[in-house]
Amino acid sequence: MRIGIVCPYSWDVPGGVQFHVRDLAEHLTGLGHEVSVLAPSDDDTPLPPYVVSAGRAVPVPYNGSVARLNFGFLSAARVRRWVHEGAFDVLHIHEPATPSLALLACWAAQGPIVATFHTSNPRSRAMVAAYPILQPALEKISARIAVSEYARRTLVEHLGGDAVVIPNGVDVGFFSRAAPRPEWQGGPEGRTIGFIGRIDEPRKGLPVLMQALPAILEKAPGTRLLVAGRGDEAEAVAALPQEMRESVEFLGMVGDEDKARLLRSVDLYVAPNTGGESFGIILVEAMSAGAPVLASDLDAFEQVLDGGAAGELFAGEQADALAAAAVRLLSDPERRAELRARGTRHVRRFDWSTVGADVLAVYETVTDGAASVAPDERTGLRARLGLARD
Amino acid sequence: MPTVTTLIWIAVALLLVGVYLSWTAGRLDRLHARIDAARAALDAQLLRRASIAQELATAGLLDPAASIVLYQAAHDARLAEEDQREVAESELSQALRAVFAERAQVEEVRAAPGGEETADELGAAVRRVPMARRFHNDAVRAARALRRHRTVRWFRLAGHAPFPLAFEMDDEPPPALADREA
Repeated sequence: MRIGIVCPYSWDVPGGVQFHVRDLAEHLTGLGHEVSVLAPSDDDTPLPPYVVSAGRAVPVPYNGSVARLNFGFLSAARVRRWVHEGAFDVLHIHEPATPSLALLACWAAQGPIVATFHTSNPRSRAMVAAYPILQPALEKISARIAVSEYARRTLVEHLGGDAVVIPNGVDVGFFSRAAPRPEWQGGPEGRTIGFIGRIDEPRKGLPVLMQALPAILEKAPGTRLLVAGRGDEAEAVAALPQEMRESVEFLGMVGDEDKARLLRSVDLYVAPNTGGESFGIILVEAMSAGAPVLASDLDAFEQVLDGGAAGELFAGEQADALAAAAVRLLSDPERRAELRARGTRHVRRFDWSTVGADVLAVYETVTDGAASVAPDERTGLRARLGLARD
Repeated sequence: MPTVTTLIWIAVALLLVGVYLSWTAGRLDRLHARIDAARAALDAQLLRRASIAQELATAGLLDPAASIVLYQAAHDARLAEEDQREVAESELSQALRAVFAERAQVEEVRAAPGGEETADELGAAVRRVPMARRFHNDAVRAARALRRHRTVRWFRLAGHAPFPLAFEMDDEPPPALADREA
């Protein structure tokens, strides 16, 4: 099958959607499909062979933050050419409801189009205003995929219609095969807690964890907190008493390999996020690596953790609840072993072999008997009045 | 002179209205095509599910009672008249859930020679039916939303195309078959 995938965000900037698109493209290529990815990127960035650059994304203020987006005449022309030259059987666009490359592709193409909705942003005012303009483009999407039941609910509320839920994929084997690093592993003298995420992004919840740390250290002395992620380290520990700061180790940005090894090593992975998550891929990665998970009770997390069966949940933003749950888990090896076993069983549904098969099933459903993707040659008034010659 | 200007303005306005109507008709046309494609895909999936169920019922892998229940439901689903289709397909879903209520039954089918493929095919079919139905009903909803629009009603842009209807049925797959943890 010839598959065209549109990634709305810059290829050079790491992010959840980009990783998802990369893994999906590589998984499908591995199955023998021909995949081409259209993504914004600087022209001098080295790209994998299957990625076609759609030009540099322009930073513009949008929806309260700066978004790097592609729009305008040049981008539209590149999208059109890519659609034309690709002759795809199916077009898979990501995040079509943002003013981005995905929307342009949706506008420029016709035929079987599949769209994945990643975020569950509350409806923005711009979107309400743009709705009549957006609707004709969104109408072309033959199949919608939401990454979680939560994302699906928001999608149904805001845009109407329906979507199938296919979770984001994870290479479970990569995480379960990683070798633990002894210096990150806990021992009888104290256990280790892992945290991965931007330090200076409050929504990732490190401040809540820092607030809970004194209570954890009091009940479980010797515990070490390993933090992997970018941000100001001094500021992160500023609220901690001096003698406790040594219990926190900052590892900086870690690569994929080290991330897997870290998750393999820790005795407990904590995700204290306070919001803005529509899926929670990191929890799946932690479970794949066999780390017991303790996460805040966000809708998306609750779902990934099977309602609390595959990992423990605590009341979001409540440092006391986090500390109590962490202490209980750190002192109960049997419960941790149970969570490990359940997590390992639960993550199979997130493995690329399963997720990829589901995505392909969607492709097959929409391409069954349909023509392939082509540029949308708008039928002019002349043609409709029967004046144009064929 | 003002009359000429007025006439030009009227002509421009009419032209714009014409372009808008033409564009809306194009949108509607595309939506109807999308419904047709989605309906064809849904039909194919339903037929596939019924065929595999019938195959399984006649293969002698199930006990006689389960075989009869499944055969009857699959047979009815395949031969149902258009207005009975939703009921017949729902009954097939219920029959499948009843037959494969126990995980052990799935294991037994898998253990039989050739059973592995049959179980996988049936598992894929029961997962794809809800998928195809969602895509179909999503297209129907979009078309209905547009057809309720004033412009479309006043100018009868939908022509003689029948008002699209959603396909409502019970498509809950048997957990033992559709589950990903096994």
